[in-house]
Amino acid sequence: MLKKSKLVVALAAVALVASTAPAAPAAGSLEIFTWWASGGEAAGLEGMTTEFTKQNPDTEFVNAAVAGAAGTNAKGVLVSRMEAGNPPDTFQAHAGAELSSYVKAKQIEDLTSLYKSEGWDKVFPADLIKTLTTKGKIYSVPVNIHRANVLWWNPAAAKKAGITSAPTSLDGMIADLAKFKKAGIDGIALAGQGDWAIAHLFDYVLLASMGPDKFNGLWNGKTKWNKKDVKTAIKKFAKILSYGNSSKSLDWPDAGKLVTEGKAGYFIMGDWASSQWQSEGLKLGKDYTWAPGPGTSGIYQWLSDSFTLPVGAPNREAGIAWLKVAGSLAGQDAFNPKKGSIAVRTDSDPKLYDSYLKAAMKSWKVDRLVGSTVHGVNYGNAGMSAYNSVVGKFYAGNAKDKKGFAKGLVAAYKTNKAA
Amino acid sequence: MAVASLKNLKNLNDGRMPKRKKKVNSPWGGFFFVLPSIIAMAIFVYGMIGWTVRYSFSNRTSAWKKDMSFAGMARYTELLQDPEFTHAFSNLLKFTIVFMIGTLISGLIMALLLEKGIRGEGFFRSTYLYPMAISFIAMGTSWRWLMDSAKGDRATGLNLIFDRIGLGFLENTWYTSIKGSMFAMALPAIWQMSGYVMALFLAGFRGIPDDLREAARVDGASEFKIYRHILFPQLSPTFLTILIILGHISMKVFDLIYGIASKGYVTKVLAIYMWQVIFDFQNYAKGAAIAIVILLMIAVVVIPYLIYVNKTEEAK
Repeated sequence: MLKKSKLVVALAAVALVASTAPAAPAAGSLEIFTWWASGGEAAGLEGMTTEFTKQNPDTEFVNAAVAGAAGTNAKGVLVSRMEAGNPPDTFQAHAGAELSSYVKAKQIEDLTSLYKSEGWDKVFPADLIKTLTTKGKIYSVPVNIHRANVLWWNPAAAKKAGITSAPTSLDGMIADLAKFKKAGIDGIALAGQGDWAIAHLFDYVLLASMGPDKFNGLWNGKTKWNKKDVKTAIKKFAKILSYGNSSKSLDWPDAGKLVTEGKAGYFIMGDWASSQWQSEGLKLGKDYTWAPGPGTSGIYQWLSDSFTLPVGAPNREAGIAWLKVAGSLAGQDAFNPKKGSIAVRTDSDPKLYDSYLKAAMKSWKVDRLVGSTVHGVNYGNAGMSAYNSVVGKFYAGNAKDKKGFAKGLVAAYKTNKAA
Repeated sequence: MAVASLKNLKNLNDGRMPKRKKKVNSPWGGFFFVLPSIIAMAIFVYGMIGWTVRYSFSNRTSAWKKDMSFAGMARYTELLQDPEFTHAFSNLLKFTIVFMIGTLISGLIMALLLEKGIRGEGFFRSTYLYPMAISFIAMGTSWRWLMDSAKGDRATGLNLIFDRIGLGFLENTWYTSIKGSMFAMALPAIWQMSGYVMALFLAGFRGIPDDLREAARVDGASEFKIYRHILFPQLSPTFLTILIILGHISMKVFDLIYGIASKGYVTKVLAIYMWQVIFDFQNYAKGAAIAIVILLMIAVVVIPYLIYVNKTEEAK
């Protein structure tokens, strides 16, 4: 008897576990998939969530975040869920070519009509809308804009090296790197962990060395990868790498620390570095300062996090409601000041932002817009991964194999086209 | 049913014994008990392997190309021409060789030291075994700090230790140089697994009766000769088991390398490249082909071993 009752208890326990397991979310809930799980990103998401629940009080909010590695882990999980026909109601992805594989596989819905009904086609910059449009259709709603081509440095360290103002050209920057070295400071901070941050630097060097028109041509085949312009950029890139810190295994926050601690001179990184440093208690203008990447002033190399509507979303209505919040003024103003990025909308309130972001908002309205390769604008996932890998290989080989590097870049372009 | 047979067991008398035996030995009863695991294995192991093989022979080369038509060996010949694949393959071979030799030697040395029954053996045994309790990912994170490649006054981790104790010439770039990367990468793996190898060797030594050693001593054999001619030959099954265990761990290595260098080019091995091809490139067919290559490599190691074990057991 006793054993029988134990069996019943065990069965009941199994049944309980089975019923509480997170299978399909219940009706009236929104499942959102992001890689924002900590720090300013999570705080920003929470701001936007509050706005969402205010407007949709009856919808339960389910956050399926997969943390880490600039979203590379999350993308793995997402790809398998999409492939298995089990999509979330909306997911985060970089705006631009990164979405191309989902579009080609017909896994996300066309949102063009939403742009018209919400008036986004008027408040988002025209250059941006053009980049987001593939064959007349737009597939995602961007919530923020980051700038990739920013030069960060430490005023105290620069003073030691006799540098009083930011360089305005790539060659000027290289000359400064030598000055830093003379003062016993590493010229540039390099983050070798996982290849992408080095590829981020190379992306900037390409842009600064060949200018925006030729740079844009690289991704659609108008500029050839095996020609002189790319070779010049590679030469300059190799020169810059030679002034870097000796550790090749730093994550970007650790590389950034070299700059704020005065051990390295310059740092080319996206403007999320600023919000990272502020969360560590550092002051903009005193502990660190910024300038547009030398040779790229007047050019805004952007990247953007955006949300999509997967085909077959379990709760399509809730997904659309989320997208409306993501594109709205209230949603973007709740998200961006905390995330440390600027709003996509040109009618956002500058008072909510710090001095760097205010300046970025001004540039966003007037600058020439160019996409970032490492963060999903110019290449799809396959091309991006190949591009990072090729740059990582060049860096690991102490920037010696310039010919192999150029060949690898051509191969990455082909990989992107084939995927 | 299980409860009922337990009760029977208690009430058994000698006269009923044969009856019970018959029940357990009945082929259908045994089959019934293992059936669930046979079904689970058939679906989740062999079924999935079959499915992966099918994918590797298909044209499903991107997210949107849902083309499962038969492509023959096309994906495999693609792999042979893919420099990333050959790079990952040779990295894996280097890692395997260094890891296996390193772990065997250090495990054997530790086992020899403990085998004599020194004082506090239990303490040392658990200390050496302890690294095994740490997950590869957690270990990867701390070894990433230890093997930081900065030198001189910027040195941290192992380089800093070398610097401080006057062995500055030993400072090196660890896993970030193209030539030395896999040697450095094998270090944490050796550190983790040698305790386990020690335990296996120790068990092997303990399984050899003391009479043999004593007999050898009486016959005037030196300590070295006892090991060389009496003990080591008897350890060969242990030795083989260790090779198989280490070999298959090494072929599958992913988390350790991902934990230390993430998807970085220098330290890429097959499992990392497979992950990249499947989830970044979404080239499912090619990813499946890499998975099958890994499976075959492991099979080459494990299957002869299984045959050997089956034969020796039959002989008994």
